[in-house]
Amino acid sequence: MTRQILIDPVTRIEGHAKISIHLDDDGEVQEARFHVTEFRGFERFCEGRPFWEMPGITARICGICPVSHLLASAKAGDALLAVTIPPAAEKLRRLMNLGQIVQSHALSFFHLSAPDLLLGFESDPAKRNIFGLMAADPTLARAGIRLRQFGQDIIAMLGGSKIHPAWAVPGGVRSAPTAAQRAEIAQRLPEARATVLDALRRFKALLDTYRDEVATFGNFPSLFLGLVGPHGEWEHYDGRLRVVDSGGAIVVDQVEPSRYRDIIAEAVEPWSYLKLPYYRARGYPAGMYRVGPLARLNICTRIGTLLADAELGEMRQRAGGIATSSFYYHYARLVEILAALERISLLLDDPDLDSPRLRAEAGVNQFEGIGVSEAPRGTLFHHYTVDAHGLIRSVNLIIATGHNNLAMNRTIAQIARHYVKGNRLSEGALNRVEAGIRAYDPCLSCSTHAAGTMPIVVTLVAADGTVLDEVRR
Amino acid sequence: MAARTFTINDQLISAREGETILQAAREHGIFIPTLCYLDGVSAVGACRLCLVEIEGSRMLRPACVTPVVEEMVVRTDTERLREYRRMIIELLFAERNHICAVCVANGHCELQDLAIAVGMDHVRFDYAFPRCDVDISHPLFGIDHNRCVLCTRCVRVCDEVEGVHTWDVAGRGADARVITDMRQPWGEARTCTSCGKCVLACPTGAIFRRGATVGEMERDRNKIAYIVAAREQRW
Repeated sequence: MTRQILIDPVTRIEGHAKISIHLDDDGEVQEARFHVTEFRGFERFCEGRPFWEMPGITARICGICPVSHLLASAKAGDALLAVTIPPAAEKLRRLMNLGQIVQSHALSFFHLSAPDLLLGFESDPAKRNIFGLMAADPTLARAGIRLRQFGQDIIAMLGGSKIHPAWAVPGGVRSAPTAAQRAEIAQRLPEARATVLDALRRFKALLDTYRDEVATFGNFPSLFLGLVGPHGEWEHYDGRLRVVDSGGAIVVDQVEPSRYRDIIAEAVEPWSYLKLPYYRARGYPAGMYRVGPLARLNICTRIGTLLADAELGEMRQRAGGIATSSFYYHYARLVEILAALERISLLLDDPDLDSPRLRAEAGVNQFEGIGVSEAPRGTLFHHYTVDAHGLIRSVNLIIATGHNNLAMNRTIAQIARHYVKGNRLSEGALNRVEAGIRAYDPCLSCSTHAAGTMPIVVTLVAADGTVLDEVRR
Repeated sequence: MAARTFTINDQLISAREGETILQAAREHGIFIPTLCYLDGVSAVGACRLCLVEIEGSRMLRPACVTPVVEEMVVRTDTERLREYRRMIIELLFAERNHICAVCVANGHCELQDLAIAVGMDHVRFDYAFPRCDVDISHPLFGIDHNRCVLCTRCVRVCDEVEGVHTWDVAGRGADARVITDMRQPWGEARTCTSCGKCVLACPTGAIFRRGATVGEMERDRNKIAYIVAAREQRW
């Protein structure tokens, strides 16, 4: 008889999900599934809305990364207007996205994952959280919280509020910060930089301790996808798509984001609301790819700023080239915070930001618009079609957590095979499975925006592993 | 013109003959909530938010269309009135699809202000979730029926101030909709002069400038009264 082990709910991720681990007759892990049990419906209820409203509506998909949706949606709007937005608007959008990367990565590392990494996977679960971290290392916890606040304050400076600013609009942005506001942000940069450099130092020191986790937390070959600049440099807002394999070979490069459907297809499974995108040319599920901080650092030729490039060099050296273990997502996140801080520093001094031209005016010039940008968790696609007046006809959103779906399932199976022995789940094993998922920093509220009804299986499992009840709908 | 003396909430009020209770109350700084009422156009008493109690009358009276009477005793803020007003606002929210957070009028909306004023922290009725159209066929403006409260300000301002009567109301009950011309898309309504007075008058985000995004529909609704006063050379 096959047995099932259920982890429900998965904690310290953004959203709700459960994991089921299926054992075979010999008690060996057969497969593992990451069930996303949320349902949103954005793609459906946005139909019929004027596209100008889409950034404001889709930003509501998520409270952690509203900026990512705001920007991808505004870019899809730019495409419908068929305009090139004013330089100041593009730079301000970039600035907000960098603030978003800082705050979201800081949240993932310090608030959600640091308790595992710094307190240990076997530590008391009641204390293995941000509060436990505050008690154990108040200086680090405070610095991490302040780093996130710094990113949030950049968003608030530009958009007027930290969460859900309706600031980026089709054609540009609505307002620019004053020189005094920019100066206020600039003088807080050294503290932020010191925090991330300290975190990097601590993380690197831990890598040897966690050799087992590095080897088993989603350590497998896969493709990596993301945006890069014209010369293959790290990108977060614009650029073109590049896919790299785990050997570092470029599979496809400089693909116009609007042609994403040429390289990406989506599969649906009955056990999750989350779709499973794959690299079209390799088929399903062999076309598994990863996105996000790890992918962005794996695909780029260089980052383009001094400190971040030095850290990238060291990371590649430690990983032996392309980092194939998802444990390195944490590492990549810290390097990206550093990169973002360096770019923020450059942008704050940019004279273009003083331009009063912030918004291009135009009517509906295209009936189809695709906006792509790099969200903290990976490449985000907003794809709209509109009627002649600008009312939305169809919406397709592909979200970072979705891209990583196949890889997350593979990661859970790998961790389970290594740590789950027999019928019993030790606290450390349970938490490692969760932490494996957490390495991707999945955002399920974002990724289950799709319409349609899919069956979901709810399984009730006793402590001894016996399936007590199973409900299908 | 004869003066009329009466009380509102035990306060002695002096008003001109022919004035309404609402006008007299406003002149004396007494707040009575309104939604369909708009300075500069005729009052229709449609929204019922300005209902007041008058001693000796079992019926509640809309302050915007009830003239003052000598020695009348008016109450504007009783428990019963507060309950009715909150219920009216809740029903308005339940009747269409009002999503403040992503609305073009967020922060500049009379319905939203009223909900706050009457203390509406939730809606006790089931939402109707009607399927409503959005018409942005006009080159400058748009109408989103999801956000319309059928106050008819657009109808009155178009008829009485602009004098073209592009707007009217069609259908009955829950099916009632404001329409342009003979229910053509606004962009095909030949009578519309694109003057924008309906955009100025709308209390919610129902009528908006095309291209407006969240919270961008700020408007000066007093301009309608200003235009009327200027035309009649009353100032």
